Amino acid sequence: MNIYVCIKQVPATETKIKINAGASGIDAAGIKWIMSPYDELAVEEALRVKEKNAGSTVTVVSAGPQRVHETIRTALAMGCDNAVWIETPEDIDSFQAAKALAGAIRKESTPVDLVFTGKQAVDDDCAQVSQLLATFLEIPYVTAAVSAEYGASSVTLKRETEGGTLEIIELTKPCLIAAQKGLNEPRFASLPNIMKAKKKEIKAYKLADLGVTDADRKIRLKNFQLPPPKQAGKKIPGDAHTQSKELVRLLREEAKVI
Amino acid sequence: MATVLIYAEHKDGKIKKVTHELIAEAARSGAEPVAFIAGSGIEAFAAELAGMGAKRVLAAQGDAVKFYSNEAYGKLFAAAVKTVNPAIILMGASDQGKDLAPRVAAILGVGLASDCTKVKIEGDKLNATRPIYAGKALADVEFTGGAPYFATVRPNALSIGPTAAGATAAITALPLDLGALKSAVKELVKSATAKLDVTEANIVVSGGRSLKSAENFGIIEKLAASLPNAAVGASRAAVDAGYRPHSDQVGQTGKVVSPTLYIACGISGAIQHLAGMRTSKVIVAINKDPEAPIFQLADYGIVGDLFEVVPALTEEFKKALS
Repeated sequence: MNIYVCIKQVPATETKIKINAGASGIDAAGIKWIMSPYDELAVEEALRVKEKNAGSTVTVVSAGPQRVHETIRTALAMGCDNAVWIETPEDIDSFQAAKALAGAIRKESTPVDLVFTGKQAVDDDCAQVSQLLATFLEIPYVTAAVSAEYGASSVTLKRETEGGTLEIIELTKPCLIAAQKGLNEPRFASLPNIMKAKKKEIKAYKLADLGVTDADRKIRLKNFQLPPPKQAGKKIPGDAHTQSKELVRLLREEAKVI
Repeated sequence: MATVLIYAEHKDGKIKKVTHELIAEAARSGAEPVAFIAGSGIEAFAAELAGMGAKRVLAAQGDAVKFYSNEAYGKLFAAAVKTVNPAIILMGASDQGKDLAPRVAAILGVGLASDCTKVKIEGDKLNATRPIYAGKALADVEFTGGAPYFATVRPNALSIGPTAAGATAAITALPLDLGALKSAVKELVKSATAKLDVTEANIVVSGGRSLKSAENFGIIEKLAASLPNAAVGASRAAVDAGYRPHSDQVGQTGKVVSPTLYIACGISGAIQHLAGMRTSKVIVAINKDPEAPIFQLADYGIVGDLFEVVPALTEEFKKALS
């Protein structure tokens, strides 16, 4: 089987976000970059499917500036076989990213069986690329999959929706699966694999090689701002009983929310 | 007058509140709200959508679309966009809207502003602001690809409007022209305890790792049960410790919520958690540690042992609300 997994490099979740001078983006100084947490689940799932299907290969694909090489190496160290890097400027939109990923996957000449992604990247939180990519590749998808059973010609997935309702969905292969927490527990790369990953070739494309232009951009984020600061609140003194009574009064009379 | 096409979402025989919010916003801005709805047994919804302010309803009805699926509903909604030719397209940023909207955007080749917390319709333009980094920052959206302007809007971000009894809307039946499908929703499995989702609740009561066990979350459940329309949430630490399912997790790698009232019990306030709840209208923090970061966001803070405060507070809410 030919399995593809698309990953994105994002700032670590503990990053305190600062806005740059022109308010056109975030201040990237000092940021520690990681693989988006949902993409780790996607890599893990791709590797598990490969391990159950002899002769399969997993190709990791990532778009971004030079720095994403580090995250691609992490995916290789986890066990991916091949790697593709699409060189892009810092801020492309979801449409350009999905078109580029689709173009790179098509260039890989081997037919696609499965594509894995994370349900969203935890930077811009757009949660669009999985669906756009599947639609561009003309394959069906499930977003936020919490379990998957792989058959010969189809995959049966569970998708969790509001209130804990599960949708049981059957997709005809080839298909795209966007991972949600619960799908699996991602592995850590072993030291020998980290060493091996350093030597692997990373194939490179430019956006132009994949037919992606400025005209493919549909939206641009601008006027970046921090959320308005909160006023310091009140601490309510007294014992548990007094505090509770006073809190209920304040919620009712001052905040008027109950 | 700008036409605004709104995806009407329904669950368990009810139109979702976020749909009402979107129709109300379009009506308030002086635009013409048009609703799209799909499903089986949806006859009664047209009048309800008209009551919310929809001037026209496009209905795709039949057993073939009994269950939502992004493939079938995507085809139908894209066809509705072509029929109506709207200036603006709105969907709720629910689990369904988030799944579906990018598919429709891809079919139509239009840009999409996801999960907006502020939208304003001005003439035939849409101003949209959305959180990024789970709400640690915000950004405005410029639609460089031009019209139609397409956005998903977070539940509770807009207010609902009045409902007009007896209002009517022109109804257009859309053909179920689905062609060959490569996906199918086989079944919906409801959770054993039908519960309100944290993203849709008016009040969220969350617990952290200091609850010490899944059983001890019982006091959080009781506190939530003493309040109307309240759901139980949890910090990542509590979820990782196995006290609650991941679907309850509030924060950067869980759900982002903006209820009217958020009560954080024994949550110290890691930056990832604060990002997920900071837009709540009123925040209450209960924590032993007076220096806990959660108090920087809290409108009302109680420094104390949650095992004493939470049961006492439950009793006070019961008294006040009975």
